[in-house]
Amino acid sequence: MWYLCVFYHRLLDYRRPEVQSLAELFGGPGAGDAVEWRMPENHHADSPFHLVRLPGDESLAAQIANRSLLVKGIYELWGHGATYEELEKAVREYPEERKLPYLTPESTFKIVVDSFGKVISFPEQNEIIKSLTYIPFKGRVNLKKPDHKFFVMETDDYGCNNGLPPVVQRTTFFGREVGAADRHLLPTYQLKSRKYIGPTAMDAEMAFLMANQGLARPGKLVYDPFVGTGSILVAAAHFGAMTMGADIDIRVVRDGRGPDCNIWSNFEQYKLPEPLCVLRADNNVPPWRPGLKEIFDAIICDPPYGVRAGGRKSGGRKLIKGTVAPYTVPDEKRDSHIPSTAPYSLAECVHDLLHLAARMLVMGGRLVFFFPVVREDGVTNLAKYPEHPCFKLIATCEQILSMRYSRVLLTMVKVGPYTEVVEKAAQERHREFRENHHKWMEEGNLHSAVFSPAAGQAADGKPFIDRDSKPKYRGKYV
Amino acid sequence: MRLLTHNMLASNARGAVTGYPLKLQAVKWSTKEVEPNPYFLRGILPKLDWPALVAATHALGLPELLPEAPPTDAELSAEGAAEEEGSALRCLHRALLEIHIEEGTLVCPDTERCFPISRGVPNMLLHEDEVRN
Repeated sequence: MWYLCVFYHRLLDYRRPEVQSLAELFGGPGAGDAVEWRMPENHHADSPFHLVRLPGDESLAAQIANRSLLVKGIYELWGHGATYEELEKAVREYPEERKLPYLTPESTFKIVVDSFGKVISFPEQNEIIKSLTYIPFKGRVNLKKPDHKFFVMETDDYGCNNGLPPVVQRTTFFGREVGAADRHLLPTYQLKSRKYIGPTAMDAEMAFLMANQGLARPGKLVYDPFVGTGSILVAAAHFGAMTMGADIDIRVVRDGRGPDCNIWSNFEQYKLPEPLCVLRADNNVPPWRPGLKEIFDAIICDPPYGVRAGGRKSGGRKLIKGTVAPYTVPDEKRDSHIPSTAPYSLAECVHDLLHLAARMLVMGGRLVFFFPVVREDGVTNLAKYPEHPCFKLIATCEQILSMRYSRVLLTMVKVGPYTEVVEKAAQERHREFRENHHKWMEEGNLHSAVFSPAAGQAADGKPFIDRDSKPKYRGKYV
Repeated sequence: MRLLTHNMLASNARGAVTGYPLKLQAVKWSTKEVEPNPYFLRGILPKLDWPALVAATHALGLPELLPEAPPTDAELSAEGAAEEEGSALRCLHRALLEIHIEEGTLVCPDTERCFPISRGVPNMLLHEDEVRN
């Protein structure tokens, strides 16, 4: 059935993939691919109003909307039009048998007037509600807990200079709410009230979106190989998944900032089941037993890509550089020895991540991670995303972070089994990375691309900023 | 560290042949209550190395907890197994997910390299001279 799906006007690239992932989660395998989209006539692609065809019955649509973060509401659309007259005509033509069950005398209802890109005053809202007398409401009004919620929504020609997607024509929608997002989660989980956070803790809304992309739910095992303060696993645990995490930095995973401020306390704070395991391990030299594979249902992570936090791998930076000859740690110092680590290039880090996922994800399991992309002159370069024979890329969602770079949330599904051929190829590549450590550290060094002076700088060293006084449509910046 | 994790880990230090199973020497362990999920347990059972899990429970002084042979799918799916004290499902659940090693050591069977477990976190990071090239 087709519904009207209205989104919050933020994280535009993340909106449709989230709905599709949740369709897969609640509707079973293949349901995500069965979702179809259309834009209402004359609507810009970034408009919050989308028409969506969901498989299954209405309860699936409700489940999707209720679990999502970006769906403001999914509605059974009774009619729409450019004017209120057109709307009336459309609603009158909508089949009676679809309308009457929701208009019965014993039910309670509420009508909400909503708008996008404009404000409708209370008296105007009342006028609009009064104009709906052509709908035979028989039930009683209940504003607090109605059985049925009806929405009148309109978007007007508000001009094109207020930073919103341009509107070609005014549209008015009337629909019955099927489900809506529960964004109460966000104040509960916001980072500013979380006990233990680090410089790269994942924002709560994004962490929930990632957990949705990873299809986190009870009975599933989610792994984060760069767990840090656990912000992604908190979101996965909120949705009922079992969690495991690893990090190379023992101070973060074991010590935190004291006995009441560490990874475990973050889970305690929200009364969530704590992770099954947090271990200190290096993703470059993973400690998995031989023969172990296909155990995680999702791997969800934010790899260190060298802009805000640089990756480290074991092996000793001087040893890898070749500035010291191979040495052995004396036995009497072994217990207190702090292992030396070397910087970890993004390319190698991503390679190891894909290999880990190929081996450790179940078939159909999901790998969800951020990948950085450089931008020039405020435009994102067409990026080549990492590829792997075991994986199919199903969603790319860009979030613009600055004029110089974006991060893209990649969602991949494991479609091919982990075979000896795949394993051999990965070992070969691993050796190549180790032998050409320098070359890889220099290539694709994102840090310099992001922080080096821009070409557009003026002679006095002040950055050249194009200050346009009119607010422009900002697209994916929202 | 839960025994599920113990079942997944191996030593990858230079000189280790398989590095598995790691000998478990627990100094302090506790029980953490976790909601049993039969669906999760049925899914994870075929991935486990059963003898290693049984050996780990023996190392903790719990020889009665698990039988020599893994439970069958029928035992795990039996009605009310999640609620029934002492059922195969509950025993597996307890062994795998509720026993939490807080302090101890994991010892590589090939090289005797010790991986410490402190405050529940096993430290599997290698020293720079132990990484295989």
